[in-house]
Amino acid sequence: MDVSMQVRVNGESREATVPPRLLLVHLLREQFGLTGAHVGCDTSSCGACTVHLDGRAVKSCTILAVQADGAEVTTIEGLAAADGELHPMQQAFWENHGLQCGYCTPGMIMAATDLLARNPHPSEDEVRHALEGNLCRCTGYHNIVKAVLDCAEKTEVPA
Amino acid sequence: MIPAEFDYAAPESLDDAIALLVEAGDEAKVLAGGHSLIPMMKLRLSSPSLLVDLRRVPGLAGVERNGGLRIGAMTCHADLEHDSSLGLLSTVAGKIADPQVRARGTIGGSLAHGHPASDLPAVLLAADGSVVVRGPDGEREVAAGDLFRGFLDTDVAAAEIVREVRLPSLDGFGFGYQKFNRRSEDWAMVAVCALVRVAADGTCEDVRIGLTNMATKPLRARAAEDALRGKPLDAASIAAAAEEAADGTDPSGDLNATPDYKRHLARVLCRRALTEAAP
Amino acid sequence: MSTTEVPPAAPHVGRSLKRKEDPRLITGRASYVDDLTVPGLLHAAIVRSSEAHARIVSVDTSAALAHPGVVAVFTGEDMADLLSPLPMAWVPPGVEVNNPEHWPLARGEVNHVGDAVAVVLGDDRYAVIDGAEGVVVEYESLPVVTDPEAALAGGPLVHESLATNKVHEWSLGGGDLEAGFAAADVIVERRIVNHRTSGSPIEPRGVIADYRTGSLTLHSSTQVPHFVRLFLALMLGISEERIRVVAPEVGGGFGAKLQIYAEEVIAAWAARKTGRPVKWIETRTEHMAASHHGRDQIAYVRLGAKSDGTLTALHARIIADFGAYLMLLTPVIPSLGAFVMGGVYKIPAVQTDITGVFTNKVSTDAIRGAGRPEATHMVEVCMDQLASELQIDPVELRRRNFIPKEDFPATTAFGIVYDSGDYHAALDKLLDHFDLDGFRAEQTELRQRGIYRGVGFSTYTEICGLAPSRVTGPSGFGLQTGLWESAMVRVTVTGAVIVYTGSSPHGQGHETTMAQVVADRLGVDPQQVEILHGDTGTGPMGLGTYGSRTTAVGTESIARATEKIVDKARRIVAHQLEAAPDDVELIDGRFAVRGSPGKGMTLAEVSGAAHIPDNLPEGMEPGLEATNFYDPENFVFPFGAHACIVEVDADTGKVEVIRYLAVDDCGPAINPMLIDGQIHGGIAHAIGQALYEQIHYNDEGQLTTGTFLDYCLPTAAELPTFETDRTVTPSPVNSLGVKGIGEAGTIAGTPAVLNAVVDALRPLGVTFLNMPLGSMAVWNAIQEASA
Repeated sequence: MDVSMQVRVNGESREATVPPRLLLVHLLREQFGLTGAHVGCDTSSCGACTVHLDGRAVKSCTILAVQADGAEVTTIEGLAAADGELHPMQQAFWENHGLQCGYCTPGMIMAATDLLARNPHPSEDEVRHALEGNLCRCTGYHNIVKAVLDCAEKTEVPA
Repeated sequence: MIPAEFDYAAPESLDDAIALLVEAGDEAKVLAGGHSLIPMMKLRLSSPSLLVDLRRVPGLAGVERNGGLRIGAMTCHADLEHDSSLGLLSTVAGKIADPQVRARGTIGGSLAHGHPASDLPAVLLAADGSVVVRGPDGEREVAAGDLFRGFLDTDVAAAEIVREVRLPSLDGFGFGYQKFNRRSEDWAMVAVCALVRVAADGTCEDVRIGLTNMATKPLRARAAEDALRGKPLDAASIAAAAEEAADGTDPSGDLNATPDYKRHLARVLCRRALTEAAP
Repeated sequence: MSTTEVPPAAPHVGRSLKRKEDPRLITGRASYVDDLTVPGLLHAAIVRSSEAHARIVSVDTSAALAHPGVVAVFTGEDMADLLSPLPMAWVPPGVEVNNPEHWPLARGEVNHVGDAVAVVLGDDRYAVIDGAEGVVVEYESLPVVTDPEAALAGGPLVHESLATNKVHEWSLGGGDLEAGFAAADVIVERRIVNHRTSGSPIEPRGVIADYRTGSLTLHSSTQVPHFVRLFLALMLGISEERIRVVAPEVGGGFGAKLQIYAEEVIAAWAARKTGRPVKWIETRTEHMAASHHGRDQIAYVRLGAKSDGTLTALHARIIADFGAYLMLLTPVIPSLGAFVMGGVYKIPAVQTDITGVFTNKVSTDAIRGAGRPEATHMVEVCMDQLASELQIDPVELRRRNFIPKEDFPATTAFGIVYDSGDYHAALDKLLDHFDLDGFRAEQTELRQRGIYRGVGFSTYTEICGLAPSRVTGPSGFGLQTGLWESAMVRVTVTGAVIVYTGSSPHGQGHETTMAQVVADRLGVDPQQVEILHGDTGTGPMGLGTYGSRTTAVGTESIARATEKIVDKARRIVAHQLEAAPDDVELIDGRFAVRGSPGKGMTLAEVSGAAHIPDNLPEGMEPGLEATNFYDPENFVFPFGAHACIVEVDADTGKVEVIRYLAVDDCGPAINPMLIDGQIHGGIAHAIGQALYEQIHYNDEGQLTTGTFLDYCLPTAAELPTFETDRTVTPSPVNSLGVKGIGEAGTIAGTPAVLNAVVDALRPLGVTFLNMPLGSMAVWNAIQEASA
């Protein structure tokens, strides 16, 4: 039986009626039209679906939409300022060529901002381990790591 | 890949949750963080007819200190990881999967699930911890040694819920945790948790060693423990004890690790974990 | 968005401009296939074989059809109206190739786990997955063969009708092999295994087919939209002008999307059959089981040399496991390796003999590097083996045998002409960044403490810029296509520039690099140059992006089309300003008259004049656009030198890459930052194969590495920061002097890793290893060596 739920997404209150098995990533993508979170695997491995749930980076492919009832969700679409000004992490990915095909990028950026919220000045090793739940096939991670370190250096309070 | 259809309930008390489980019988599953269960449901390796979500049940998360630790079953790995005062538990929690998984996966869920390659069961076993389980007939405390029965099989009945995890005080123990995997986000190929307490004369007063993925359930490396207890905590005794680490184990083999290789790893990791744990 | 930033002035070529494509990608606003929808959409799920080899006895679709939301289920028999099976595009002159029919949905028999058996269509993404679970297929098992050598040696037949598991035999060679080996003082012989891998772009494949009033629009996550259109036309019997194929944002390819796939045809067929648009999105599990794989070769390699290290002969006998069917380029892949067998060395006699084999596995085809990583691996591993045998330093052995720069263009023993190169310079530069003597001293010291470090080198060249048609085409190498590229450059009335390229990017950054090339030639800002790609409904036919061909072929084509615009602009300016066309040149963003810098016109003014033709030269057509089809004279041959430094935990066998250095040469850089990015990703792909990634089937033909849990792409935590540098040796083949760079890191990388591990473990008696270098394999090798 479908379940009614309410969730704040990118600062906006949304209501939805969902089958219990609907995954959060599909609620976001198909009911709310927020297609920035991507699906890249079936096993919670790739992290392309990473969003923030109540302020923490999570894999939205491994969370039922109903589990987000009453919660606050931030997706890549909600990261830039309302006037379109990029989040410092987005800017850092751009400037450091931290992306190629872009498919893993929203998840990477959401995982990276989560790291800096916890640890504003991570070491390279800490960055690499903080991103171990996000797979990229294009960049070899080199410029992603560089972007995160660059963002940490340039911003005091990133999130 | 998506789960098969199921009914869903998010009760507001543990007793309501248990009543729902009793009513549904064997086909119901408890949903905590969901990071063991939902992946299995997506691959259709598990298809419960009802999920009873504990997210609305109050008082299930958090750490209480009273000599030992009482940890709410719904406490997620990340909360343990980021509290460095938790020592061993913090270290181990930080090695589970990846940050996103740690933000959702819970200690109670992990222990109730009983996956042979997951990190926390062997820690509970080494620490002589226990879980408090509530069911239709009330609460009972299940010692770690009795909790893990086999592959994904724990002494938590279908209508029971792990409410709390208890760890006795580990004051005076040094700890070591060695996890071996292909990539740091992977399940353990083998992991060893060692706790060592040193006597005034420098010998090993007490030692407890938990093994991960060396059988269908976590094991204590009793032979290695016995070999070290009372001995000086030097490299030679540790190495000799570690040689016994695979005694009585029965690991499964796969493409990346045969049983023999896992036994070898257990010995190497045991030596390293003991070295780490020794003062 | 920082669009207010002042762009750097021309020249833009050679600068690390931020990518034009990034704003949409970093904000989640890009549109990959699964982000698109069409009203009335049906979702599709494929029922796949659980058997490696079986006859299909029956398919019971009743439960699926009864499932709420399921609209239709089709099987191979329902698709009997297809005009031809899935294509294989190689028909080499004089070579017999056994090519079984390969239908999008199996007809009577399945030949690998994951073979498509039926398609379930329905209104809801979740309903069709449930429906597919409900389709009951009854199989009668047939004998299975997964080992290619067993398949050749009389193992069970994959295709009984062919009476053999041998696909073909093909050879390329030159020089006197027998004399070469007779002259050798030492011959190294090794069996080198290059195991099966998956391309695994993070975006799985996907397709949306929409058939309306006789016309088909198909969006597919593909590297080759024009080929997809062509083959859909041939298979479905729809005339090409009624088909439009679009590759929208494509989330990586790595060769895995250089294919004509069953699902593209199934979706198009089903859309026509049902009258409703059909969407199919691959799951990762499906990608592992049903998207083509790469590599999977066993090579018996012999390398002969004089005692001073001078190479005398090289012979590679390759057994290539093609899996169950020949897909678009399957049998060509090992041949691409044969084109660079011998690598960067002067070898008087070289021969490659290839035998293709059927097994009950999914097909192999192009995956990043496609044949060239395998050949490079053979050569570079054998060079280290030889160095050890001769007690010559592996760096020195390489130097002694490099084709010297004065030999270029250099013709190999088998007749391929390397365009340009300076191999000594690349290796010298690498060693500027890596203190080899210092490393050796440290290595010796660390070994005393039980720490095993090693360095491995790889010096390579590769053949890329896939073209030219005269070599690759029907009367040459046997591809049933030309291999050129097209471009159309259009300047609008306001001076905006729109470029249509036949290339089809999927992460490379073409929108930026191509704009840089055009902008400099037209005196505009790259932001004003829009690159349109991947859409058969817009520009001329193109051949797609693969084989490191886009910059050397596609961008050159754009440069040539742009030159036509420049030429016309100069004539217009000359006419308007009463000067001679030859005196008009681009100065500070204006087409100005030489000697009279005040007299000139911007591109917008020129285009305005061209579109409002009241003062054009006599007989000149209005408008300002040009088309070019470019078919180069030769391939291009990037090259370089890589070094990998590893530490091996001798107690467990675990290998860690602690440094990786690469000096690569792809000619003059258009955008250095993007070149580095390609190298980084290529190296990671190689390290992934060497240490972590392996597609494995068990003896029953079951895929045991079917998800990202067991097919281990390396994460950030497994890889080091890469140290890259470049040398610049222009190619004489194209006007830009450029060579491809998308595959170089992958082609160079695996032998550097493997040689490093062997170097680390020599004190323990390990002298040779094969990939993948998982910890158990390495530990076993240490045990065997010390036994």
